[in-house]
Amino acid sequence: MLTCEHIVKRYGDHLALNGVSMEVPEGKVFGLLGPNGAGKTTLIRIITRITGPDEGRVLLNGRPMTADDVALLGYLPEERGLYKKMKVGEQALYLARLKGMGRKEAAQRLKEWFERWEITGWWNKKVEELSKGMAQKVQFITTVLHGPKLLILDEPFSGFDPINAELIRGEILRLRDEGTTVMLSTHNMGSVEELCDHIALIDKSKVMLHGSVREIRKRYSTDTYKVEYKGSRVAFADALGFHGELTAHREDADFSTALVKLKHGATLNTALRPLLSAVELHGVSEEVPRMHDIFIRVVSENEPASVKADMTE
Amino acid sequence: MGKIGLIVRREFWTRVRKPSFLIMTILGPLLLVGGITAVVFLGMQESGIQNVVIIDKAHLLTNKLKDTDDIKFFYQPEDMPDSVFKAGPYTAMIDVNEAVLENNTVQLFYKDLPSQTVQNYLSSEIEKVIEKEKLRVNNVDPETYQRIKTALKVQLFDIDKAGKRSYDQAKAGIGFAFGYLIFLFIFLYGVQVMRGVMEEKQNRVVEVLISSVKPFQLMMGKIVGIALVGLTQFLLWVALSAVLGTIGLGLAKDRISASALQQATPQMTTQLQAQLGGAELAQAQDDRAEDLQVLVDIWNDLPIALIIGLFIFYFLGGYLIYSSLFAAVGAAVDVETDTQQFMLPITIPMMLAIFIAQTAVYNPDGPAVFWCSIIPFTSPVVMMIRIAMGNAFEHPGELALSMALLVATFLFTTWLAGRIYRTGILMYGKKVTWKELGKWLFYRG
Repeated sequence: MLTCEHIVKRYGDHLALNGVSMEVPEGKVFGLLGPNGAGKTTLIRIITRITGPDEGRVLLNGRPMTADDVALLGYLPEERGLYKKMKVGEQALYLARLKGMGRKEAAQRLKEWFERWEITGWWNKKVEELSKGMAQKVQFITTVLHGPKLLILDEPFSGFDPINAELIRGEILRLRDEGTTVMLSTHNMGSVEELCDHIALIDKSKVMLHGSVREIRKRYSTDTYKVEYKGSRVAFADALGFHGELTAHREDADFSTALVKLKHGATLNTALRPLLSAVELHGVSEEVPRMHDIFIRVVSENEPASVKADMTE
Repeated sequence: MGKIGLIVRREFWTRVRKPSFLIMTILGPLLLVGGITAVVFLGMQESGIQNVVIIDKAHLLTNKLKDTDDIKFFYQPEDMPDSVFKAGPYTAMIDVNEAVLENNTVQLFYKDLPSQTVQNYLSSEIEKVIEKEKLRVNNVDPETYQRIKTALKVQLFDIDKAGKRSYDQAKAGIGFAFGYLIFLFIFLYGVQVMRGVMEEKQNRVVEVLISSVKPFQLMMGKIVGIALVGLTQFLLWVALSAVLGTIGLGLAKDRISASALQQATPQMTTQLQAQLGGAELAQAQDDRAEDLQVLVDIWNDLPIALIIGLFIFYFLGGYLIYSSLFAAVGAAVDVETDTQQFMLPITIPMMLAIFIAQTAVYNPDGPAVFWCSIIPFTSPVVMMIRIAMGNAFEHPGELALSMALLVATFLFTTWLAGRIYRTGILMYGKKVTWKELGKWLFYRG
């Protein structure tokens, strides 16, 4: 769907993006991650053609993006807002028409959205009369109203209470199922795990990590398994032997939970085989690393270089 | 409709529908015409019935002054004590001393200051009687005196405009009014552009907008939309002022002719008075006719359509230059208080323009006026005076140069402002310096 090829962007002496390349697959939710100041917003602004790259290019469906393609995009910026003095309906119509929609079509679709979210009463209210969450809902509608092929959401959940965040989450998944490609930039790693199929992690103006979430989590897997069993701890440790290392253990009234890190060369099968006869197994599950941990690990491993970058800034 | 069209429409309608626009539109001409009418009216307003007692120590005036509906004269040969005057029915007391023929002075004591009209009437009535007395004492025949008496008028002619009287001062005044209007509009609406840009930046709506339209489109849409608001307001003002002016002038005219007639037709008790009074009546009518003629002459002499056309040209040109700079300032700063350092260099040329325009009224051919009418940052105000005076049409080359420079400059400033704007609107929390602005000019788009 969207391909970024070796994008470089400088602001004076500051290198905001340093040869960033990534591939956003069609019909998936793509997470764009990175600490503050990593260059995410700059990259998004280049994709949305708000600003241009110094080097590199952006391809949409295999061909270089043109100015007309912005009609195919829907962009919810992190720094977002509406005209406070303007009426909700009028404003939504205005923003839709700026995206190139006809008046009738825009009014019709707005009506549908407002009815579906049961907010038709807001139509003639001024934005300043709405709460922050309400305004955010209107903002979300205006972003997706024109049926963009690529939806770019920068921190879409900020400003929402859990109920409305759930509503937005549902809408994102619904849009994805209808074929929209979604690019999601967020610091909320929980929602990344829930929503994203693919991610790219940018740090210090460079892509540090890129691929499918499942593949990345596997790559950062520590080969640690959680084993629940009934029986004696000594028997369990003996049976485990040289296959694995017992990194944590908890005993409850009638069963125990152990964290086992497999030793190099061992597989889950070889480790489990002696255990089967030694204790009564209740459950085995892999301790998959959380995106949160991967994020922190990647960014902190990248740290020494960052000191230099800060000084040139 | 293009995207700029949509933006222009939003900028236009949100402003025109504001109550403040309606109030300004109605209040502007009301204040202008109302103010002028009020001044004229109040000046003419009589201060009620005036009972004027003349202390005629010179024994010259008794029973020789003409009463009107509002002014009654009473005569007394001797001094009246202040306390008696205060307690009495008289509203004013005029002390005519014995030596009035030499010192030409009388003293008026009043309870409430009589209006200017009343004062004028009193002084002209007394003047007439004293004049007659002097003629008699000096043995001069009133008819001879009437022939000798001279009120010199100097009529001005520009040698280049054969046979036409010139009214340069009056025209310069008209030009200054146009220039001042341009100055006012540029400021009023230029600042609105700046506020609008800042509002979008503070609301954070700007980033949403520029994912749909180019920053330059957004900026130009706002500038053009607000220019249309200004033109609409101007046209409404012209229309409303015309209506109100006609009404006001109609009312004022009645008052003027009534009081002129009052003053000019004294009771003709003697043949002498009849002659004098008649002559003065004719004179007053002459003056009035001439005043009217002057107005008609100026009106016929001024190419009104051309002036209005050039006014709109210079207004738009000047407005585009300044409002694009205002837009750049609005984009560069986060909060209004930060605008000051950038506002000063913008306001100084405007202030200079108004200052030079004032001198141009008296000296339209001076070098300062010449240069300021060419330089685009001051020309919209200063050139209007040269246009109204006709001076600009005598030097079509200068006018063309001034207009061409104006267009070239607004193209340049909108380009410049566009580059500052597109970077500035996305820049938050940074105190912007001049050096920083310079850098923005060279960022790649």
